[in-house]
Amino acid sequence: MSSEALVEIRDVNFAYDSRPILKGINMTFPKGKLVAIMGLSGCGKTTILRHIGGVLKPTRGYVKVDGQVIHDLDQDGLYRMRRKMGMLFQFGALFTDMTVYDNVAFQMREHTDLPEEIIHDLVMMKLHAVGLHGTQDLLPAELSGGMARRVALARTIALDPMLIMYDEPFAGLDPISLTVVGQLIRRLNDALGATSVVVTHDVQESLKIVDYIYFVSDGAIIAEGTADDIRASGETFVHQFVYGEMDGPIPFHYPGGNYNMDLGVGA
Amino acid sequence: MAIVSSLRGIGSRVVNGVWRIGYATRFFLMTLLYSGASFRRFHLTVKEMFSSGVMSLIIILVAGMFVGMVLGLQGYETLKRYGSESALGTLVALSLVRELGPVLAALLFASRAGSAMTAEIGLMKATEQISAMEMMAVNPIARVIAPRFWGGVISLPLLTAMFSSLGVFGGYVVGVVLIGVDEGSFWSQMQAAVDFQHDVLNGVIKSFVFGVAVTVIALFEGYDAPPTAEGVSGATTRTVVQSSLAILILDFILTAFMFRGD
Ligand SMILES: Nc1ncnc2c1ncn2[C@@H]1O[C@H](COP(=O)(O)OP(=O)(O)O)[C@@H](O)[C@H]1O
Ligand SMILES: [Mg+2]
Repeated sequence: MSSEALVEIRDVNFAYDSRPILKGINMTFPKGKLVAIMGLSGCGKTTILRHIGGVLKPTRGYVKVDGQVIHDLDQDGLYRMRRKMGMLFQFGALFTDMTVYDNVAFQMREHTDLPEEIIHDLVMMKLHAVGLHGTQDLLPAELSGGMARRVALARTIALDPMLIMYDEPFAGLDPISLTVVGQLIRRLNDALGATSVVVTHDVQESLKIVDYIYFVSDGAIIAEGTADDIRASGETFVHQFVYGEMDGPIPFHYPGGNYNMDLGVGA
Repeated sequence: MAIVSSLRGIGSRVVNGVWRIGYATRFFLMTLLYSGASFRRFHLTVKEMFSSGVMSLIIILVAGMFVGMVLGLQGYETLKRYGSESALGTLVALSLVRELGPVLAALLFASRAGSAMTAEIGLMKATEQISAMEMMAVNPIARVIAPRFWGGVISLPLLTAMFSSLGVFGGYVVGVVLIGVDEGSFWSQMQAAVDFQHDVLNGVIKSFVFGVAVTVIALFEGYDAPPTAEGVSGATTRTVVQSSLAILILDFILTAFMFRGD
């Protein structure tokens, strides 16, 4: 990967109460690229995003965003940095007491002094970009899952962030919405000139849209490469993951001791 | 061994309780510290006053009316024994303004608006709305908590005033219209006996203090709730129980300072 890096994660270790979650993570997200982080549930993907957003602090190593070490920033510096980031939460996290319009306008009202007419035009443009022009007066409860995800996407890009993070943007979507959201993520990244990180375990969809992929298992990177590298990968874990096979290095059984002993059959 | 483990249980509960009080105090101070936006952008606070105030309005009005009517009946029965039915207006008004208005309105407010606040904040946290706000570089204490705090603190005295007014009206309906106490003495004795500073102002101070207690408990419980369905429902129950107790205990303390020796 040649171009300049927007995010650098170097040897990051992290533990929740002495239980290690991340074990020496190294990642680079070059400017303008769309990178995926894949892995099983609980392997630490969201934890990595939280480090980039400065919510968590690594116990060793560092995370640099736009040249600055994120966990060395004070509260003001962190908030200034976060204004340049957008994060799409799993299930959208739309503000349920606000209309679609107010959700998308939220950051514009909080962070800018733009007059209401300009905010109106910007909101319409953002909604148009995700194909939901005309839904501005609806409440989040009135949207389908796929529409809610797209509104959340419009809200995420409200202030044209340089870095967009997506936490499982495909979770719980029907196949059509899933393709729509996938294509949007690619298009928005290129149109905004942003850098995007997609956390997902939807291999087939992400292989279609991303530039580079990191595979995480149990807090460490076990494979990385472009979509073609990954498809062709001989690594058994990657193969099992990509093709959804039951047999492979990822065990079906929880490490639960001796089954025969529990049945009383003896070892 | 049983003694040791039960002692240990008591100890850990006490330690946890003290930690929670510490967290709640810090939460309260942060709310005050980040209250600037609630006043600079007062429409945020007005919106919360509207939702917590209007939500409790009907129940407050109905309850106030009936409490006043009961006071009218009971007060008449008692005063008649001493031949001083004409003091009914005084009795109804003083009971309401000093005690029943602030306390009952606060209890109703806690169970109606307080529990709703806890559930709302708890759900906002469970659905990651609070985290989303933080990632958008917006301080949730300033944007979500403080306007609800001030909305509640301003609403409750207003609701209390309405409770007491309707209560006086209820007492009037029962005492004067139904039983036939002299209307002139009902109102004039009331006017003569109720002192603005000693009675009305103290009642307002009480309901202000109750408003702070109820909203802080409700918001803290919601903010601190585990992000699950059981977590939120447990927090809602705790809000009602704790704020009811807090209201009654604070009422005793405030009354002891305000009305001793007369
Ligand atoms: N607040 C927390 N406290 C303790 N453990 C946590 C917390 N959040 C997540 N974990 C644990 O950290 C591990 C990684 O979580 P996460 O990064 O959310 O996984 P995922 O890859 O599914 O996004 C999981 O085993 C989870 O149980
Ligand atoms: Mg996750």
